[in-house]
Amino acid sequence: MIQVKTVFKRTPSLKNCPTHYCPGCGHGIAHRLIAETIDELGIRDRTIGIAPVGCAVLAYNYLDVDMVEVAHGRAPAVATGMKRTNPDKIVFSYQGDGDLAAIGTAEIIHAAHRAEQITVIFINNAVFGMTGGQMAPTTVLGQVTATTQQGRDARSQGYPLQICELLAVLPGAIYVERCALSSVARIRQAKKAVKHAFELQATGTAGLALVELLSPCPTYWHTTPAKAMEWIETEMTKVFPLGCLKNVTRTP
Amino acid sequence: MCGNEALAEAAIIAGCDAYFGYPITPQNEITAYMSKRMSEEGRVFVQSESELAAINMVYGAAATGKRAMTSSSSPGISLMQEGISYLAGAELPAVVVNVMRGGPGLGNIAPSQGDYFQATRGGGHGDYRTIVLGPSSVQELVDCMPLAFDLADQYRMTVLILADGILGQMMEPIVLQKKPRRKLPAKDWALTGAKNREQNIVRSLWLQEGVLEQLNYKLQAKYRQVQKNEIICEQYAVEDAEIVVVAYGIAARIVRGAVAKARQEGIRAGWIRPVTLWPFPSEQIGKAADEFRMFLVVEMSCGQMVEDVKLAIAGKTPVLFYGRPGGGVPTVDEILDKIRQLTMPAKR
Repeated sequence: MIQVKTVFKRTPSLKNCPTHYCPGCGHGIAHRLIAETIDELGIRDRTIGIAPVGCAVLAYNYLDVDMVEVAHGRAPAVATGMKRTNPDKIVFSYQGDGDLAAIGTAEIIHAAHRAEQITVIFINNAVFGMTGGQMAPTTVLGQVTATTQQGRDARSQGYPLQICELLAVLPGAIYVERCALSSVARIRQAKKAVKHAFELQATGTAGLALVELLSPCPTYWHTTPAKAMEWIETEMTKVFPLGCLKNVTRTP
Repeated sequence: MCGNEALAEAAIIAGCDAYFGYPITPQNEITAYMSKRMSEEGRVFVQSESELAAINMVYGAAATGKRAMTSSSSPGISLMQEGISYLAGAELPAVVVNVMRGGPGLGNIAPSQGDYFQATRGGGHGDYRTIVLGPSSVQELVDCMPLAFDLADQYRMTVLILADGILGQMMEPIVLQKKPRRKLPAKDWALTGAKNREQNIVRSLWLQEGVLEQLNYKLQAKYRQVQKNEIICEQYAVEDAEIVVVAYGIAARIVRGAVAKARQEGIRAGWIRPVTLWPFPSEQIGKAADEFRMFLVVEMSCGQMVEDVKLAIAGKTPVLFYGRPGGGVPTVDEILDKIRQLTMPAKR
């Protein structure tokens, strides 16, 4: 007789439904890490999530928590309004690189600067996904996108924007770590970081916690899912070095 | 207490849980007053990094079911239009105060009524409405705060209070009173954490074919309810009037003086003052035009509300306009002269 033992299953805060994400996309992994964290910390009934404008706008179709959809880039301001009026709730924003690093740069910097007690999961896939693969502030030099057809050229299109390095210098940002979703080992490290970013808020630590996840977008990197994972390792991590940039524990 | 401070205190009495704002003249007294009083009350005050952020902080607090407000002046209100459109799409209640100043552009810091179009037509994108209140005294400014919060909660809409630099700065004796609140629906849609219930989602994106169209019809039905139930309009001596002056806000205050003087001179003048600018009292104004009389619209702009008056009157009687833009404030005598000019030929 064969003994069947469950070794891996869907975590309760992740809904059982088909995905709209492309094959090889990193959003599904990132969603799971958040859902696992919420379930492990037992905070589902007091968590409010903020979906960005971008491919992950429908994050509430997968994450079974209270969620709000907001204007492009404004999530940290919305999170501020939520957390200030509901200090007992766990408020997190989930934002892509167009949302957080382009149109919402002012909001993320000032939320960090005010030491807002929120958790930010920042998905960096070096490209605008939903609108058709245009250049993002995080597009690496030489990368071909819909709006850098000859490859990103620093002379006319500037340099990739390093958000973690920018935020880490602000006293109001208490935890800043960059991880990648490019291998099992990397994903395990990313899980630890995501969980820590939520734990800090759950334990009432004052300040903003941000985890940047380098995430594959095979569709607009014009490559295969497997090669997209390799590209994160070989190219993206050169521009966006992995690791914890800041981890300060401060009581309110 | 100046108008700005008075309205801030009235908002606190009305149960405002959170205030978010960014400095801009001529409404800075609101932000300063709130920074002190809201913390005294153990409520939320945040000075935001921009008006864009302020309106989105309001959006966040409103999504969790709290009573939230912001205030600004014309250029700042322009920046908030994106957020106001999202509030409309997500059907979130919010109160926004615009202490209008001269425009366009940076303009000046003098009182103006140049934002009527922006307020009543919706400066943001999409088919939506905001309720717009146009108080004309500090007392009325105070009285419209609890009304604004109640209307916002009842209809899940943005309520815009359209004041101006004079009302904001003016000092008048006021009575602050705790008015009985309307019976309001429970906020079972609010994001409070999915405890013993299904997840709540606050959203404005509807991609499936036909869904957004239906949502728009639903919004329009709600707006028709507001039009049916919430119009406020004052009028004086219209019955026998040969000329009716239509004005709102501080301009209506000046018009009142001019009409009183005209009456003393034997000119049969009256006035109509829309208090709700949207919904607009089209029926009342249209009815006043059933008998032939002249209409003069006075605004501190180049003529914006005059279009609504013309729509209401639909060509039945002549509608004339007198306005001062860019921070110009008409005097009682200026308006009286205009009334004299318009009624004189008829007398000859």
